[in-house]
Amino acid sequence: MSENLTLPAPQDSTGTSAETLLSVEGLTKHFPIYGGFPIKRKVGAVQAVDGVDLSVGVGESVGLVGESGCGKSTTGRLITRLLEPTGGKITYAGKDIAHASRKQLAPIRSEIQMIFQDPYSSLNPRQTVGTIIKSPMEVNGIEPQGGREKRVRELLELVGLNPEHYNRFPHEFSGGQRQRIGVARALALQPKLIVADEPVSALDVSIQAQVVNLLQKVQQEMGIAFLFIAHDLAIVRHFSQRVAVMYLGKVVEVGDGDSIYNRPRHPYTHALLSAVPEVATEDSEDRERIRLAGDVPSPIHPPSGCRFRTRCWKAQDKCASEEPPLIQLSGNRGGHLTACHFPEDPTTEARDEDVVMDPALKALEQDVAEADAKVSKG
Amino acid sequence: MLQFLIRRSISAVAIMFLIAAFTFFLFYAVPQDFAALSCGKNCSPENLAVIRENLGLDKPITTQFWDFMVGIVAGRDFAVGHCSAPCLGVSFKSGDFVWDSLMDRFPLTLSLTIGGLVIFLLFGLGTGMLAAWKRGTVVDKLASGASIVLSSFQIYLLGPIVLGIFVYSTGWMENPKYVPFTDDPSAWFIGLLIPWAVMATIFTAQYTRMSRSTMIEQLQEEHVRTARAKGMSQKYVFFRYAWRGAMIPIVTILGLDLSSLLAGGVVTEFTFDLAGIGRLAVESSLTKDLPLTMGAMLFGAFFILILNILVDIAYAFIDPRVRLS
Amino acid sequence: MTTLTKVEDAPNPTGSDAFLSVRDLRVQFSTEDGVVKAVDGLSFDVERGKTLGVVGESGSGKSVTNLTILGLHSPKTTTVEGEIVLDGKELITASEKEMEKLRGNKAAMIFQDPLTALSPYYTVGRQLSEPFMKHTGASKKEAKARAIEMLDKVGIPQPQTRFHDYPHQFSGGMRQRAMIAMALMCDPDLLIADEPTTALDVTVQAQILDLLRDLQQEFGSAIIFITHDLGVISHMADDLLVMYAGRAVERGSTREVLRTPQHPYTWGLLSSMPRLGGDLNEALTPIPGSPPSLLNPPSGCPFHPRCTFTGEVAGNRCADERPSLAEGRAAACHLSGEQKQTIFIDQIQPRLR
Repeated sequence: MSENLTLPAPQDSTGTSAETLLSVEGLTKHFPIYGGFPIKRKVGAVQAVDGVDLSVGVGESVGLVGESGCGKSTTGRLITRLLEPTGGKITYAGKDIAHASRKQLAPIRSEIQMIFQDPYSSLNPRQTVGTIIKSPMEVNGIEPQGGREKRVRELLELVGLNPEHYNRFPHEFSGGQRQRIGVARALALQPKLIVADEPVSALDVSIQAQVVNLLQKVQQEMGIAFLFIAHDLAIVRHFSQRVAVMYLGKVVEVGDGDSIYNRPRHPYTHALLSAVPEVATEDSEDRERIRLAGDVPSPIHPPSGCRFRTRCWKAQDKCASEEPPLIQLSGNRGGHLTACHFPEDPTTEARDEDVVMDPALKALEQDVAEADAKVSKG
Repeated sequence: MLQFLIRRSISAVAIMFLIAAFTFFLFYAVPQDFAALSCGKNCSPENLAVIRENLGLDKPITTQFWDFMVGIVAGRDFAVGHCSAPCLGVSFKSGDFVWDSLMDRFPLTLSLTIGGLVIFLLFGLGTGMLAAWKRGTVVDKLASGASIVLSSFQIYLLGPIVLGIFVYSTGWMENPKYVPFTDDPSAWFIGLLIPWAVMATIFTAQYTRMSRSTMIEQLQEEHVRTARAKGMSQKYVFFRYAWRGAMIPIVTILGLDLSSLLAGGVVTEFTFDLAGIGRLAVESSLTKDLPLTMGAMLFGAFFILILNILVDIAYAFIDPRVRLS
Repeated sequence: MTTLTKVEDAPNPTGSDAFLSVRDLRVQFSTEDGVVKAVDGLSFDVERGKTLGVVGESGSGKSVTNLTILGLHSPKTTTVEGEIVLDGKELITASEKEMEKLRGNKAAMIFQDPLTALSPYYTVGRQLSEPFMKHTGASKKEAKARAIEMLDKVGIPQPQTRFHDYPHQFSGGMRQRAMIAMALMCDPDLLIADEPTTALDVTVQAQILDLLRDLQQEFGSAIIFITHDLGVISHMADDLLVMYAGRAVERGSTREVLRTPQHPYTWGLLSSMPRLGGDLNEALTPIPGSPPSLLNPPSGCPFHPRCTFTGEVAGNRCADERPSLAEGRAAACHLSGEQKQTIFIDQIQPRLR
């Protein structure tokens, strides 16, 4: 492993898109914490996002996965500039918008749209569906051919709702239908990039696929680039050409879907994939079993060096002292970058021995194994 | 926790200072000659000058402000004598020190508040919790119905009715009057019974409604369901789990109510012709006795601040999330 | 594939040794909008030491059923009919006192969100000790020793000091472990876990699921595991009950139900679910429409408005006649056994690769 040759490489060399629409460099967001005595002052910061590099090509769909507190949602909000970054660059279509003013952002706002997780709270209950979808056009002074109302009806039809529902209110729709309204609203301005923050995780299983298929159709037919933020790895795999894995405010691994899902190198990616509960089928091969210990540490005091080291089975002294750079490891495809000093083999197949870090699990499984041994002996 | 208390006390003192400064300058923004107000109708220029000097009105306003603030902290000397801290000035009308006038009236206000408080907490919370326990039954419907009717009543309406029945027509009781507790506890008790009862009735109704609805809300909390799923008895769950959470909104409202009662229950005092702080404040403002008005206001502000701190302490006792954050 | 024989939803005539047996359970709530038929004629058995998975979406009645078993529904607005027999004891007619003795003792529950399901006002230690003291008559000291032992068993580091902490001082995964420890305090024979990992992160979920499975081996409790996630259940349950609109639509061993599902709803669930190993060129096949309102459930088969195979059934049976669920491995569907097999092999199985 240690003889791995490492080559720094540009991230967007995936071949899926020639032109970069959005690129993010060293993106950082620290939320200050106030406290202290007798006068309150800044005593620390939640390092929600801490130096994220990411790019999205024109018409490309990029997935951003990670567990709660990894900063994926904050990253989405920074890119749509609902939040102002503490540091770093956000380059959209050649312009740095990281600290752009409201006025400078105005033309860009219509090109970057957001879809939110909760279809119940993200739609104004006192407005009709028509008004909700129409208002982005009004705010931006856009007058489509044939008028706004005609456009809204087209959009409703596009997202699979009845255009006659123009005058209904959000509460008259089910969760899945509301999320369709959210999609229609995001499409109203013909955006170039949609940031979708957990767009299906509030929906029932049978409805999730409806919305995923709709988003896929929109992405492919209208050539809209997507940043798809989700905790569900299986859905992201289905939707995204390229996937970035985040842990505690940092991207730990990024690459094309096949590389991330079938040839992961970062131990955290391995652990994450191994934790996904899959319906076992006849022909599914045995996957490795990795069980981490404890929860994600607090982003207020993240571990030094590699942030995953406190839960990693391969951690050594170097991991605490030196932060691993996000680079292309030898043997990886172009654009597949990993931030790890001691990467894993590029396979997800079952190992000779499971990795079980959790002390309680370890103890219980030892007991069971001993009991089994006794039974077979006696 | 101690840090928190110290910080809150420091900020309370600072706020008190700001309020004092603010009222002082408001007082001087009034385009009136205070000496003339104090002097009365037939006022000779000589008298006016003497009064000005006595009240310190001939000095520049900054000096007056300084004297006023120092007076609150350390006391100050007037022509009429030494006014010890906290000195809030001299009443224009009576020539008494404002603090002394307030202290004259305060025992009554305090007695009214405490007596009423005991009654309305006991009955209000008791009935509210009973209604929540028996939700949907006749008991609940009666309690909720009565509390809605009674909370729409007013003291100035209920007061005369009760007086009419118990004092004027039957003669069972005497007109309410205040006898200091230290003089005669039983006279103190009997004298204030009617005002307490009337005031407490209206508060009881409000506290019944509030405690009923917060208890019902708490009983639907998931952790309350968990406690039942563990096999804890309904009574235990009700009093240990649900009640604990219901206390928070009740304490909040109680803090607000208490501070306004301590600053003077104006309506109660007028209705029963009792001389408390509220009445003093209203009368002083009617007679444009500005030092007294200002004093009464600062006095009320003091209680609001103190009760705010007490409510915060209560939160910390009830909810460990507050205590440990 | 098993052939279907028509059997009424009647108590098991053989007098099975089921530890928990639910027969023709009906639960209705009266609300302002009308009567909600939350559970409508449900029957199932749980064997001692085995895990029954109950799968369904929101509003399928899976949580209501399990609250009803422990009598945790609101008695004023809910009517419960049918039979719930736990270890020979009928629970629907049992008194509140009897139920109190049972809850947390013989049968315990684990809830979905440990942050709201644990009281913020009391220490974790106290919340663990309470049921133990009540049910076993143990002293405070004994209860504390037991609580610390259990906290240690579920993998909470430094259990002696954590005993005195409040739930908000625990992380999400640790809170759920504490919840599990609490449920196991009195060594229950039945554990009802209602979406116990839904609020957790994937890596923590994997830890907790394995922990529950390993603990079950040690404690020998029967588990009813309620979830909406077929992936989670496939690793946890011995038997599976698929619920839709307050009814059981399919039943069988986990292996049977997931490998050769027979009900169009189960087919829909499986083919709408993306998998890590799935074919990326195969689009997801969602179930059209949305789950029905239980105020006014559809006539006949509750799934018929969303079912794509109603045309295969002669006449209007799907809309008119409620299909029954036979004992054992069965699906409540009017399609014939042959039809099911052909449809599954020709149309469904290719999607699941």
